[in-house]
Order: sequence, then C-alpha cells, then structure tokens
Amino acid sequence: MIRFRLERRETTSRWLPIFTTIGAVLVALLMGAILLAYGGLNPMVAYGQMFKVGFAESYSVSDTLVKSTPLLLAGLGVSIAFRMRLWNIGAEGQLLMGAWAATGVALFILPETTPRFIMLAAMSIAGFAAGAFWGVIPGWLKAKMGVNEIISSLMLTYVATFFINYFVFGPWAVGGFPLTKKFPRNAWFPRLLDWADAIPFFRGMTAHIGFFYGVVAAILLYILFKHSKWGYELKVIGDNPEAARYAGMNISRTVILTMVISGGLAGLAGMSEVAGVVHRLQENFSPGYGFTAIIVAWLARLNPLAMIIVAYLFGGLLVGGDAIQPAGIPLMIQGMIMFCVISAELFTKYRIRIKRNAPLTEVSHG
Amino acid sequence: MTAEYAVQMRGITKRFPGVVANDNVSFEVKRGEIHALLGENGAGKSTLMNMLGGLYRPDQGEITINGEAVYFSSPRDAIKKGIGMVHQHFMLVPTQTVAENMVIGASTGFWLSPKKLYADIAAVSERYNLPIAPDAKIWQLSVGEQQRVEILKTLYLGAKILIMDEPTAVLTPQEVEKMFVTLREMTKNGHTIIFISHKLDEVLSIADRITVLQKGKVSANVAAKDVNKAELAKLMVGREVLFRIDKEAAKPKDDVLVLKNVSANNDRGLPALRSLSLNVRAGEIVGIAGVSGNGQHELAETLTGLRHVTDGVIEINNTGIQNQPPLAAIDQKVAHIPADRNGMGSAPTLSLSDNLIMKSYRAAPVRKGWRLLNAVARNTSEDLIKQYNVATPSIDVEARLLSGGNLQKLILAREISAEPTSIVAVTPTRGLDVGATEAVHQRLISERDRGAAVLLISEDLDELLSLSDRILVMYEGQIVGELPPDEDRIDEIGLLMAGGVQEAQA
Repeated sequence: MIRFRLERRETTSRWLPIFTTIGAVLVALLMGAILLAYGGLNPMVAYGQMFKVGFAESYSVSDTLVKSTPLLLAGLGVSIAFRMRLWNIGAEGQLLMGAWAATGVALFILPETTPRFIMLAAMSIAGFAAGAFWGVIPGWLKAKMGVNEIISSLMLTYVATFFINYFVFGPWAVGGFPLTKKFPRNAWFPRLLDWADAIPFFRGMTAHIGFFYGVVAAILLYILFKHSKWGYELKVIGDNPEAARYAGMNISRTVILTMVISGGLAGLAGMSEVAGVVHRLQENFSPGYGFTAIIVAWLARLNPLAMIIVAYLFGGLLVGGDAIQPAGIPLMIQGMIMFCVISAELFTKYRIRIKRNAPLTEVSHG
Repeated sequence: MTAEYAVQMRGITKRFPGVVANDNVSFEVKRGEIHALLGENGAGKSTLMNMLGGLYRPDQGEITINGEAVYFSSPRDAIKKGIGMVHQHFMLVPTQTVAENMVIGASTGFWLSPKKLYADIAAVSERYNLPIAPDAKIWQLSVGEQQRVEILKTLYLGAKILIMDEPTAVLTPQEVEKMFVTLREMTKNGHTIIFISHKLDEVLSIADRITVLQKGKVSANVAAKDVNKAELAKLMVGREVLFRIDKEAAKPKDDVLVLKNVSANNDRGLPALRSLSLNVRAGEIVGIAGVSGNGQHELAETLTGLRHVTDGVIEINNTGIQNQPPLAAIDQKVAHIPADRNGMGSAPTLSLSDNLIMKSYRAAPVRKGWRLLNAVARNTSEDLIKQYNVATPSIDVEARLLSGGNLQKLILAREISAEPTSIVAVTPTRGLDVGATEAVHQRLISERDRGAAVLLISEDLDELLSLSDRILVMYEGQIVGELPPDEDRIDEIGLLMAGGVQEAQA
C-alpha cells in the first residue's frame, strides 16, 4: 500500500515561492475551467475570449491599464502594512474615503475655474490624507491599545461605504440618483484620448495618468524598502517586534506612520478612480478594488516592482472577465486564485512524500 | 527477545546546503543507560538528535529503536515510539497554559477534561519531583520553569527515551543534584536518557557512556569512568582547552550602573524587584547569582529600559533612565546580551548583516540622512563576522540558521563593537560549548579591562566564580548578600540562593 505524507522542508530554495505562485494560478485557472465546462461553456473559448479582450486587442493595453491602476496603488498600500505583518485589509474603505475627499475638493471646495494642475494636486493631497486618516485609526488603536487591526480595518470599510452612500444619496445627490454631478474638466486626470488629435492611435483610449502615479509610487517604495532607515525598521519590526523594541525602535510610531502611508496610497487609488475614470462620486463605483488589491499584493509577494506586472495581469483578467460576464466568472476566478495561492504556501514549507508501508531498509538483528 | 539497544543509528549522513552536518555517524545507546552526547556548537549533535526526534530525515543511514527499524516523517512518529525531546530552544506556546502545552501532541481525543488533566500533570510532576503550576501561562514563567515544563511534557506524553539538550544550564547546583537523582531514578524505571551537554564535569558525573562528535564525525565513544575532563575537552575541540580564565585584579573606577531602591513588577503584575539597590563600577564585573525566577530577568529589563519601574531610580553614567524608552539606555551605551537570543536578541529571518546593524543603524557611518548605506553595513558586518569568528558561509544567511554559539557570537559582536560603557549580560554562555564559552569569557574580561562596567547575571556558578570581581546573591527580588568570588564559599552562595540568611561575616 502506498501512502502520501506531508513532511516539513528543511530548506527552501529561492525560486520555489515563485514556482508555487505560478503553479497556484494555473491550478486556479484549471479549476475555473472545470466550473465553466460544468456550466456548459467551452473553457478554451471562454479563456481565449478573455485573453483576447484583456491583452491582445488594440484597446486592450489601455483598458487593462485603467483597471490595473487602482489595483496597483491600493496593492502597494496594503503591501507596506503586510511587510511589517500588520494586516490592513481595509484598503477598500481607505480607497472610498480617498475618493470622497477628492470629490469634495473638486466639487465643493475649489472653484470650477481652478487651474488644472492645482486642482489635481489638491485632490491628490486630499485623497491621500483621507485614506491615511482612515488607515491611521486602526493603526493607532493597534499601537496604543492592541486592538486587532484585521477586524478594525475591515469594519471601518463598512463605515466608509455607508458614509459615502449618505453623501451620494443625500446632500451630494443630483436629480434623485445616487451620484454627484460630474467634475469640471479641470478635475479630470489627463487621458490618452486627450492627445488623439496629434496621435490618432490614442482615439478612444481611456488610460489615465493614475497608472503613472502607481509606477512612481512602486519605484519610490522599492527604494525606501531597500535603502531607507524606515524600510529597515519596518523589516525588523515585522520579523520580531521584541527584537525591535530591544534595539530601541519606536514601534507605535512606526506602526502609525506605516498605516498613514498604507491608507494614503489606497486613498490615492480612490482619488485616481474618480478623477480618471468615473469623474464623479457614485454608489458602488469600486467593484472591490481594495480587496482585489490584497490578492495582487500577495501574488507579487509584497515586492513593489513585481506589483506593477501583477497588477497589469490582474487588470487584464478583470477586463477580459467583464467581456464574458460582468460579475460572476471573473470574481470566481479571483477567488480561486487567492485560495490557490494561499493553499500553495503549504508547499513552500512542506513536501509530499510517497511512503510504502514496508520499512525502507531490512534490518537483521541478533 | 528484547533488544539490548534502545537506540541504534548507523551510518547516518545528513547534508545541508554547503555543509555536511553528520558524516557517517554511528550512535548507539543501551537500554536504561544515561548516554552523553558531547561536541562543540556546530559539531552536529542537534542535527543527529533532530533526526532521532523526527524533525529531520537522514540522507543516508538507518535508525532502529529497540531493535525495530523506523522511519520518522514527523515528531509525532517519534513520540509514538516513545522518544521525547527537551529542546534547547523551548517549543512551547507562550500564550497558553502549562496544562494546554502539555497536551499538545498527546492523543487525548476530542474532549479535554481540565480536572483530569490537572490531576495527571500533578501526578507526573510529583513522581519526578518537578513542581509546576498547571494553570500558569508559559510567557509568565522563567526560563528555568519553562524547561521544567518541557521535561514534564515529554514524560506526560509517555516518553521512554528522553533526549535532553542541556537540561542543567538553568539550574542551581542543588537543583542539578536533585535532577541527577531524578534522572537516575528514571533509568531504574526503564527510561533511557540521552544527555547533551557542554559541561564536562556534569557529563562525567552523570553519564554511563559518552559519545563525542567533532565536525560531524564521531571522535570517541567511551565509558565515562575511563576518561577525564582534559581528555574529553581535547576530543571535542581538537586542542587543549583552558578551563580557568587568567585575569588580573580589577581596578574599578567610578560608578556607572546605579540602582537605588528599585521596585518593578513581573509580567503577571506581581512585585519582582523589591527596593533593590546595587552599583557596578567601571572596570569591574559584578556577578548576580540566584535561582531563575527571583527577579534577575526583570533586573536586566529595567536596566535596559525594557521594563518600567514602580519605584526607585536607575542611573547610568549619572543620568536617570528609569521609565524611559529603551533608546535612552542605548544612548547611554548600555550593551545588553539578553537571555533569549532568538526571541529578543535577533530577528530570525533577517540576514546576519541586518542583525548586526540593529543597534548602530541610527548613526553614521551606516546611516546617512534618511538612507542606510548598505555597502557600509555589509563591510562592517563582514569585519565583525571575521573578528568574532562567527562560522557562516555568508552575511546573507538568515540568523535563525546559526547554531546557538554562533548566534551568541553575533550578538556579542553587535553589542561589544559599540564600545559600551556598561554591559548587562544574562546567561551569556548558556548552551555554548567550551570553545565558545572561553571566547565569550575572554571578551567580557577584556571589556572589563577596557573600562566597561559589567553586570553578569548567570545561573552557572562556575562562570560567576571565575569571572566576577564581586558576587551579589539575589533572592525574591532583593540582594540578600555580597561575597567575594571564592570557591570555598560556594555552599554559602547556594544557601543564600535558596533563601537562607547570610551569616555574620568576620
């Protein structure tokens, strides 16, 4: 008889996590294919269509960039917190608050005639600040009172959702619909199609400058993680808080600062969504980017540069998924990927060994 | 028939990337004997025992238990065969109680009956004379008490073959004697004991047979009565070893560390230090003797800013640091060699280089504005690794992969290279082999001679006697006596440690 047993790995190679991550995504796609086939669809056709729309058509790059922008910004945000094993899963709420504050600035604080640069800069700052504020609440509670940040950050997401709904249904609503009026043009992010007169290829392309924000943020974070005092402290606190305290690091301050940046980037993702895509605040404008960002951060193994690629691929998955079905399939595949990636963690720590019941070596004993 | 040998490991080879930890090792233990396994840090003792305990699997070779060939996939398999392991690094869940930790790994079924559990634990605890409170949380216990839990746990799980990794390191001489009686009692009841230690005197007094490992190979397998201490040390290290440190008389100068009527609570919120006063001068080593759990841990933590005081004053270089963040002590150049190397002294999954700059990263040359200069950090680390003889293939290795002795050398390198004005060293040679112990001792002496004030908190009386210029005995949060480091007064020290009153001195 043959039995399978899990055995702890004594060493882990450098490449193993990368292979298991890729393997996990393939397994998730395979499981998705089985469900598609069960639903009477040809998985090859469905996946082919998704790939074509997400990556292979002339508009694909632009559309995919649009979807990947909030994923990249919010993904970077959560990855900072995750690096110090601070489980900020409230990026969605921080994103919503960022969008709310940017909307407030664009519609109610600055006049319509504000020059575009000043308008967008003010919206960016407000978006970052509001997201940072929403992030610092669980950060402060964690640092000062030991409140579990997983629960507080998640719960604050619901608070943010209803907070925004209050505004879009109430004081900011126009004509009885749950949305604000459109932003003035000066409050719109520049898009590729703005240059369509000069470069006809850009006609109809809605990719906006938000992705550029994300790339800059990724590069900055990469440098900070690798070369800054803060990045080093983050690493030590994440690895062993007791050792960090022993080394004289101020843990509360670092936790709070980290949640400021983490929430701020998620807030910026929200600002970029309203300034670059919807141009107004409305109910349900985010299909859970803040949650998908957690998957993106995890897939990129918290590496900011890898996050650019992963966010792009995930954006393509969303665009392609939208093409075949607006909600069901793409969400299911996302869930599968998250599930498989987390399950695959097991194989970076354990291996499977096939064991026969007979002893491996015959022993004669006197 | 019943086999003569409880354990036979034959031709065991185990490789890790870059090293052969065990090279064709054969190790045999007769049923009912106490068998000592000796060797320097990194000689492969732990690797060998981890294979016997089911944590590692050999690349080559075979293991038989009571004559039956076995293959262990996990520690659970080993437990089933009656093998229990008391690790050097405790494998306990800190947030759970003693009782809860004891049932981990036991086949108790789905339901737990606390009453029965407590009774069982009390029974085992009484039988082997190892008292413990079953409802205490692990994190509240001292290192010595935690080890007691580890030993009880293996007995509770029904171990017949006990592997003990340095079981006496945290005990007083009297407790060691008691424990040896317990061990001999256990062998009479049919238990077999594998005893890993670096303390040659102990090994010679308790063991029936001794196997010595040197650099992954067996260098000797002898009966304890046929060897002496010097021969054993030579078999282990491959050269002659100095057991007594030569040092000149201390030339103490001004007070550096001063505690005045300091009181502090332990983690349970109970008083641990009771109006304790002491002073350490530049250029002397003051040893603190005491049974683990009498406030030594809290003393070290208050001195380094890791624990708040409820009353009293702590002055370092005439600056009050009580109830300031740990950075205040670091700024006064207090080096801290903590008892818990893994839990406090290092960041386990970070590189050696990252661990080495943990205290120096705030200032030049490692820091430049907001940046840390990785090249400088690496160069400094390379130098320190060489200077302090840390055995490692590179500075990019994770700290958790270092052996106990090497990790301690790393911590010493970090703490001492900052040229501290004072050093708080807590059980600095616990678990270290004779070679590494010698190196640590010489470092502490040379730091003393450089002018540092050294407070040495140790449970190893030999160490205290050979290093200290003065010995203070601590009992229930107070200093109950001061003695010169005189070997003839070891009984007096032991008595004070156990709560006896110091006799009037002539």
